Amino acid sequence: MTQSRKPIVWGLFAAGGTVAAFILPVLILITCLAVPLGLFPADVLSFEHVSGLLQGLLSKLVVFGVLFLTIWHAAHRMRITAHDFGIRADTLVMLICYGIAAAATLLMLIALLRI
Amino acid sequence: MTERTVELEVLRYDPDKDDAPGFQTYTVPYREDWVVLDAINYVKDELDRTLSYRWSCHMAVCGSCGMMINGEPSLSCHTFLRDCPEKIRIEPLQNFPVERDLVVVMDDFIDKLGSVKPYIVAKEERSVDDGEYLQTPAQLAKFKQYTACINCLLCYSACPQYALNDDFVGPAALALAHRYNLDSRDVGRSAREDVVASNPGIWECSFVGACSEVCPKSVDPAAAIQQTKIASAGDYFMKFLMPWKRK
Amino acid sequence: MSRRPYIREVSKTGWWLKQPRYIRYMARELTSLFIGIYVLILIAGLHRLSQGQAEYEMFLASAKGPVGLVFAIVALAFAIYHSYTWFEVTPKAMPLMLGKKHLPGAIIVAAHWLGFFVASTLLWLIVGSPV
Repeated sequence: MTQSRKPIVWGLFAAGGTVAAFILPVLILITCLAVPLGLFPADVLSFEHVSGLLQGLLSKLVVFGVLFLTIWHAAHRMRITAHDFGIRADTLVMLICYGIAAAATLLMLIALLRI
Repeated sequence: MTERTVELEVLRYDPDKDDAPGFQTYTVPYREDWVVLDAINYVKDELDRTLSYRWSCHMAVCGSCGMMINGEPSLSCHTFLRDCPEKIRIEPLQNFPVERDLVVVMDDFIDKLGSVKPYIVAKEERSVDDGEYLQTPAQLAKFKQYTACINCLLCYSACPQYALNDDFVGPAALALAHRYNLDSRDVGRSAREDVVASNPGIWECSFVGACSEVCPKSVDPAAAIQQTKIASAGDYFMKFLMPWKRK
Repeated sequence: MSRRPYIREVSKTGWWLKQPRYIRYMARELTSLFIGIYVLILIAGLHRLSQGQAEYEMFLASAKGPVGLVFAIVALAFAIYHSYTWFEVTPKAMPLMLGKKHLPGAIIVAAHWLGFFVASTLLWLIVGSPV
């Protein structure tokens, strides 16, 4: 049996899972629920405030890092889940899952460079 | 006063006569101190001599008596009647071909166990005159829990990845590989890599964790596999970044 | 006497419905669906932000409303379940030894939850700091 190349995607999966475990709940709370629940004033999500937060190189790197790792974590886990649901066409599933993650990565890179 | 009884619904299969397995029900006396194995032995001794099954030590160390008890992979010598409902469904271990009645074909596991080199791969040849290996309590503690495996195959029955793909090397074999990888006397990690770090090796595992939940000896094969993934991923990236480094 | 081993087939799609532990596993795996969708929405938001104020505000408006709220609550629940299950298995994947004893898993898990609350508080303060 040949040595697997899975360590690459698994490494991303593990790193992304760890990041997501620490950061994602509060991220969802802040971006989607804090304003409707009245915990933050609405202008926390305003164009000026958010653009301001993302100006520095460090913030861009951190945001990119967190979202990059998280999306690849999700992509890999979804690939495995498809297999668990009995979907056997692994190559197709791989292309879809990792393809979406790659497209999202590219989109995010371009967006962050422009902000 | 009628004696309290228990109903055993046993999946029978006679390869000479049957096209497929079918259930047969037996009524056995209930005894407070009986395990399911005692009830099955009662069936064989008193009711139906044709019932076939494996057992030996009757104390959860030999690993022979694994079977599905009410849908859960269990050792029949380790499952008390008093902890079971009045109707007990008994089937051969899931995910293995049925030889006859409750006897399964274990060959796949035996092959896989052999393939992970479950023995000390020593740095150099030693003779008895060289004396024993020296090992500290801390070195022993590192791998001790993984030595407890009794090859009962409950973990293979619980593992859905093994059910979906029987190429998977499986929990017990990988846990035993890990036992030797962690042993300070062993240098065989790279020798085992071909099987352990392959796609049907650790990478088929998705950490369901059912194997560890059903293990009667608390070996925790799921933990063994995850630790091996981390070590293997580390090795992989080291090879990439520092190909000159010898293991 | 002949050997004719019988192979019992398992449903490739429905196997996980057979036991509660498998259902919990599937729930854990499905956290990635909601986490993934959320991150895609967030990236869409970043894209709109980079396009300008009008586009960004249109994005915010479309993300509001009952559907958005329900999705956020569901995603939050799955995200917390992900954190819970991830921390729970960390001591298994990375056992720590103190001398010849293994560090109790509960301590490792508790440390992770502490880190979780510290990270969450930090992020909350950074984002929520006066506009």
